[in-house]
Amino acid sequence: MRRRIGPWLVPAFGGLAFLFLLVPIAYVFAFSFNDAGRTNLSWRGFTLDNWRNPCGAPAVCESLANSLQISSIVTVIATILGTAIAIGLVRLRFKFNATANMLIFLPLATPEVVLGASLLAQFLNIGVDLGVGTIIIAHSMFCISFVVVAVKARVASLDPKLEEAAADLYASPIQAFWRVTFPLLLPGIVAAALLAFAMSFDDFIITNFNSGNVDTFPKFIYVAATRGIPAQANVIGSAMFIIALLIVIGGQILSNRRAKMLAAR
Amino acid sequence: MSLLTAPRSAKAKPEETRSASEIRADKRRGRVGYLLILPGFIFMLLFFVLPVFSLLATSLYTKPPGADIGQFVPALQFSNYAAVLGSYWPELVRSFAFALIATVAALAIGYPMAYLVAVRLRGRKLLQGILLVLIIAPFFTSFILRTQAWKQILADEGPVVAVLRAMALLPEDGRLTATAFAVVCGLTYNFLPFMTLPIYANLERLDTRLIEAGGDLYANSFTTFRTVTLPLSMPGVIAGTLLTFIPASGDYINAALLGNNQNTTMIGQVIDSRFFRVVDYPGASALSFVLMLAILFLVILYVRRFGTKELL
Amino acid sequence: MTMVQTKPESPNTDADDQGADLRLAAITKRFGGFLAVDNLDLEIPAASFFALLGPSGCGKTTTLRMIAGLEQPTSGSMSIGGKDITGTSAHERPVNTVFQNYALFPHMSVLDNVAFGLKRRKIRDHQAKAKQALELVELGHLSARRPAQLSGGQQQRVALARAIVNEPALLLLDEPLGALDMKLRRQMQGELKRIQTDIGLTFVHVTHDQEEAMTMADTVAVMNQGQVEQLGAPRELYELPRTAFVANFLGKSNLVAGEIIEDRGDAVVISAGGNRLAVRKDRSTTHQGKALIGIRPEKLRMMWPADAPADGSNILRGRVLDSSFTGVSTEYLVEVAGIGPVGVFSQNHGQQLAAPGDDVVLTWDTAHAFGLDGDEDTQAGAREAEAAAT
Ligand SMILES: Nc1ncnc2c1ncn2[C@@H]1O[C@H](COP(=O)(O)OP(=O)(O)O)[C@@H](O)[C@H]1O
Ligand SMILES: [Mg+2]
Repeated sequence: MRRRIGPWLVPAFGGLAFLFLLVPIAYVFAFSFNDAGRTNLSWRGFTLDNWRNPCGAPAVCESLANSLQISSIVTVIATILGTAIAIGLVRLRFKFNATANMLIFLPLATPEVVLGASLLAQFLNIGVDLGVGTIIIAHSMFCISFVVVAVKARVASLDPKLEEAAADLYASPIQAFWRVTFPLLLPGIVAAALLAFAMSFDDFIITNFNSGNVDTFPKFIYVAATRGIPAQANVIGSAMFIIALLIVIGGQILSNRRAKMLAAR
Repeated sequence: MSLLTAPRSAKAKPEETRSASEIRADKRRGRVGYLLILPGFIFMLLFFVLPVFSLLATSLYTKPPGADIGQFVPALQFSNYAAVLGSYWPELVRSFAFALIATVAALAIGYPMAYLVAVRLRGRKLLQGILLVLIIAPFFTSFILRTQAWKQILADEGPVVAVLRAMALLPEDGRLTATAFAVVCGLTYNFLPFMTLPIYANLERLDTRLIEAGGDLYANSFTTFRTVTLPLSMPGVIAGTLLTFIPASGDYINAALLGNNQNTTMIGQVIDSRFFRVVDYPGASALSFVLMLAILFLVILYVRRFGTKELL
Repeated sequence: MTMVQTKPESPNTDADDQGADLRLAAITKRFGGFLAVDNLDLEIPAASFFALLGPSGCGKTTTLRMIAGLEQPTSGSMSIGGKDITGTSAHERPVNTVFQNYALFPHMSVLDNVAFGLKRRKIRDHQAKAKQALELVELGHLSARRPAQLSGGQQQRVALARAIVNEPALLLLDEPLGALDMKLRRQMQGELKRIQTDIGLTFVHVTHDQEEAMTMADTVAVMNQGQVEQLGAPRELYELPRTAFVANFLGKSNLVAGEIIEDRGDAVVISAGGNRLAVRKDRSTTHQGKALIGIRPEKLRMMWPADAPADGSNILRGRVLDSSFTGVSTEYLVEVAGIGPVGVFSQNHGQQLAAPGDDVVLTWDTAHAFGLDGDEDTQAGAREAEAAAT
């Protein structure tokens, strides 16, 4: 008799793992409805006030606006530079591969404290004022590596024959890129951009080293944690989570439906 | 011609025996390749490589007698290293120990998650998509907020401790927060996505027919897993463990929020406080540099031992 | 009487010259130190169906890629319709390719795939033209689908439509049927031929399948190790191979080494293992000294010793080693003293079959034998033919 524990063991365990992942988010969500007053530590009763007035606590929304602005710019910079590197590296496959890969890999192999500290040392040495600009630079730097890794896998799995087919069909190299290569890389690029945005949005350590007195959302929470995080922060954390979920799932459903419609024709 | 085809005959032959058009085609390919990587590499050079050298330089600065707080002059003060290592080696060792345990735990949790989504749910695109987003979406809640949530869930007056005490799994005065256990749990939790995603990316490409073939050849599904699936997913496991271990060993949020001040301090906390509270830039830089070298050393050792060449 | 007498080394020069002839002059391609295409001269007349046939690795794809502009030759020049195209890029050439694995754009509908080339050249009513091309390959009803939603055979037709819709001077097909199963393959062979005749485009078809090349092409070039061994109409190549490689790669041949011992005026006589074998001079590449004589297995007549002529040339006496009955015919292996095993292919007329151990006599018509250079390897191409068949 074959032992048949596998079939239910994996889903059960995997399901528990997902639960583990979501428990604190559920907690954050629940406590966004807490009638908390100054500190949101214990349950004081249900209210919708926090959701009606998410900017009610001082500086929550400023820090969120900073974060959104920074993450958006970082996403654009890191996605463009990282995608270009990923494509370039695959094209130059046989040339100075080791050096290039090392340069991409090292930031991933360096803990955030070190990245943050070294950038800070650099900024201090050349006397740059810390602020939004330095945060953007710092975030872009570590996000590029993630983008390169994510996009490179996609580029490498692309059939080079497709570009040849485009050239064979009168497409100049530039047309071949925009009409064939780019659309095929796009899902990978979008995923990489999403990852870059998430990493930037959620970064605290590197930000803390290079932000001067500019607050990002995570920094605001960290600072607030010592005297009590306002429930509005929970509202924003929950809302961001839900928005991200809806955007991606919505996109997924749309593309699934389109595929089904195509298949039905 | 093709953007994606590397110049195959690049260094194959001396130039003079190749035709002009052959050389031109190769050059065109090469030039575009360089143009593509140049901006990004300049950025990395300016904001990663140079800063690391800045860090190295700063770590050797010295404080002149009678200088103000935060004033240092360039020097080659190697004793900075001896000083910080002498004081903080326990934190360094502890950081690696915590990170190692957290990595193993994250692997134990993350692998089944990745396997469930990538292999068991293969073909069910919508469900796969939703679960994948659930892995990334916590980033948007802010990890400090989530860590803070754990702190309150596990707090002395919280529900978990109450239940554990009632079941006598925890002594009457036992607690979960402010313990090493809580810090490791926090690390495991926070870096779980970094473990799960690379393994998922690897398993997703795995040919399920191989698993079925394994199932035909062996009687036991665990044997199939051990002899077929696991070896094939090793590149994902290696990437995941590295992406978990490295940030975990430098993290200080979990230790700061879930730990105490005596036996859970991690090296990241020390670096942070030497930078911002003590304003000892050389000492903090020296510690950072040591941490970076130590991790690189461990990573190289690890990759040599288990490694695939194709790390990225 | 069945022979085609054109000189096989020179292609059909009398075909009309005003179309877009392709001319390759001394084309060489090296990959590092490896010589993939060796000083190739080739002329492909307009509106013909031309097949490049050769074993895997002989340089067919490389040749095709150089014609398409996807690879640049190391030396040599090429022109289409008299216009030099050496060194131009793929997108500048009036040439289209049907790739081996089709290389359809997975993110575009079938119709957009087909319209791709037209759009790049800014042709008006590209949609209508693309639709028309899809109708031609009988896929008009699937134009909204994605390539992944089509069967292999359908994808193959889309690839074909995507290429021919551009009305290129030259259509290149790299083993276009290689991925299809046998039945579909035969069907598509007929269809490709029909389309080529209908639209009158020049097709250059690369294949390692000799049957495919023979049934479809007007002209076949047999390639080996980067060179063209022989070029001509299929029948011509088969009946009168000029090298041992062609004799063995294209169908089967019995090649026997010997020495020319007599000149009869219109024929020479070769002595091999004590047997006298005659070959016509116009069917032999050599008229003195060492030579190989070749006879196709189906050209051999097998008789019982009692029925055989007592003496003369073109008579081999042997003993049956092995026989295999396939219904339509029987294949024998006959051991001939001084020569070795000889293959015989005997059609089923209802005659009594020989069994292993039987003594038999083999004869043939002098007009069916061919003579080759004596230095050639009698086995050249045999192994490649076997590999290509599997
Ligand atoms: N880009 C390349 N680099 C090195 N060698 C190659 C390359 N392309 C083809 N070759 C070699 O050239 C020879 C001819 O290849 P190809 O033209 O593909 O043969 P065919 O299509 O007849 O099978 C082969 O031995 C192959 O290994
Ligand atoms: Mg080929």
